[in-house]
Amino acid sequence: MAVFVYAENINGVYKKAAFEAVSYAKAVADQAGETVTAISVNPTDSSDLLYKYGATNVINIKDEGLKNFSAKAYAQAVSEVLDGNTIVFPHTTDASSVAPMLAVMKNFSLITNVLEAPESQSPFQVKRRAFSGKGFMHAKAEGSGVIVTVSQNAFGVKENAVSGSEEVKNLSVANEDTKVISHEQSSGKLDLKEAEVVVSAGRGMKGPENWGMVEDLANVLGAATACSKPVSDIGWRPHTEHVGQTGKAISPNLYIAIGISGAIQHLAGVNSSKTIVVINSDAEAPFFKSADYGVVGDAFQILPALTEKIKAIKG
Amino acid sequence: MKILVCISSVPDTTSKINFTADKSAFDKNGIQWVINPLDEFALTKAIKLQESQGATVTVLNVGDATTEPVIRKALAIGANDAVRVNLDPKDSYSTAKEIASVAQNGGYDLVLCGKESIDYNGGSVPGMVAQLLSQPFVNASVGLDINGNEATAVREIEGGKETISVKLPAVFAGQKGLVDEKDLIIPNMRGIMSARTKPLQVVEPTSSEVKVQGVSYDSVPPRAAVKMVSPDNLDELVRLLHEEAKVI
Repeated sequence: MAVFVYAENINGVYKKAAFEAVSYAKAVADQAGETVTAISVNPTDSSDLLYKYGATNVINIKDEGLKNFSAKAYAQAVSEVLDGNTIVFPHTTDASSVAPMLAVMKNFSLITNVLEAPESQSPFQVKRRAFSGKGFMHAKAEGSGVIVTVSQNAFGVKENAVSGSEEVKNLSVANEDTKVISHEQSSGKLDLKEAEVVVSAGRGMKGPENWGMVEDLANVLGAATACSKPVSDIGWRPHTEHVGQTGKAISPNLYIAIGISGAIQHLAGVNSSKTIVVINSDAEAPFFKSADYGVVGDAFQILPALTEKIKAIKG
Repeated sequence: MKILVCISSVPDTTSKINFTADKSAFDKNGIQWVINPLDEFALTKAIKLQESQGATVTVLNVGDATTEPVIRKALAIGANDAVRVNLDPKDSYSTAKEIASVAQNGGYDLVLCGKESIDYNGGSVPGMVAQLLSQPFVNASVGLDINGNEATAVREIEGGKETISVKLPAVFAGQKGLVDEKDLIIPNMRGIMSARTKPLQVVEPTSSEVKVQGVSYDSVPPRAAVKMVSPDNLDELVRLLHEEAKVI
């Protein structure tokens, strides 16, 4: 029986998280000697993009009623085409809204925030993030059907090209309970949870007017920007940039923390970053204990210099 | 209007997380318990609706008797009454079943929860409750207004936000931004005193079906010792990131 995967798209375009979920589904399928079937709602991107990561079949749901997102209606649509006992979702905001509703509809177990390929498939057991990044849980599904959501940037995107085929399913799911009034998408900004490099700053930057140098460094690195909780609380930066226990948990390849002391709540949201660089004028800042590389010094001098040096190496 | 706010009792955000010697469970020794911070945003939003629209606010917790101090704190913040389902929750599904059962019987217009709890981070309960109740569900809510039997909610989406209208009854999962941090209510003495006499009803669970078991737990392995680089030698930092860590 095929392993299914929900390939999320935004306005028809597949997200990196979708490719990561397909890569994960391929690993699950390989363990079980199965193939991968991807499900997507109203995609405009080519299915070739999903074959590249291991999806042998792609089911494209076409439904004008699903033009706008509704967790309930999307769960209903996925449920109608799902014909297997295992389905993988990315742990994005939308996908992790659909997954719990689908779990109830299908009477499946749901394990969210998974980090690695399953430890066993019968019963399904897998390592997942818990305690906001301060620990891990090995979770076991009871019963035969299981849904997992894959924590972003944890498993990685893995090319595994197969030859695939596509099937179009025309549905008309009722979507009457919610209606979109307006939709604002900031253009050209990297999604913090998907970003492979994140440049983050705290109160050490002394004021919002100094964020230009943080953004300059982020720009040369192709990074997203983030901030500590006090900075978003006092309104220097939007709360959507707050990383930490009560903000966003992220796991980029490189996390650069500038003027952030490293409270336990902040570490909880970032300590699964693969490499951490801490820049702080206080040599006693606790964050240095959790960093791979540290620089004690004045951010206002270090940031412009570092930006120039990285610009040089990036050519 | 009747609002049900689901709260979870979680370790204080400053807690160090340890597991029992056999790694089979979270070690609760020495832990200070608080209202899940994301639930607190939902609770504060409900209190604001209570003030502006005369809504009644019931807090609901699925937990054993040890969670009652946290429930009393929610009452001190301003909830009218409370329900505790007498069950040490084992997974998201069993918790959602109990919440849905209370919500169904109480005829609530709104169910408000935090997007996830900061302990087990399932993020599954609100969506499951919505499906069990066959109600619409809005996750990651950062804005909510009520007008009659319709809500206008703002939800965070990747790289932006979306404003939607939702027919009530419905389930909303809130997060930071649903109310401002500065608007979170710290209970005053009057609130604390009145919370002692507000009704806290204890009900027995309706089912014991569990769909996910926590088999074992691990702590986060420590990182290797930090390599310090002089601020006068940033070339070395760039070299380390490029050649050693291979991240730029």
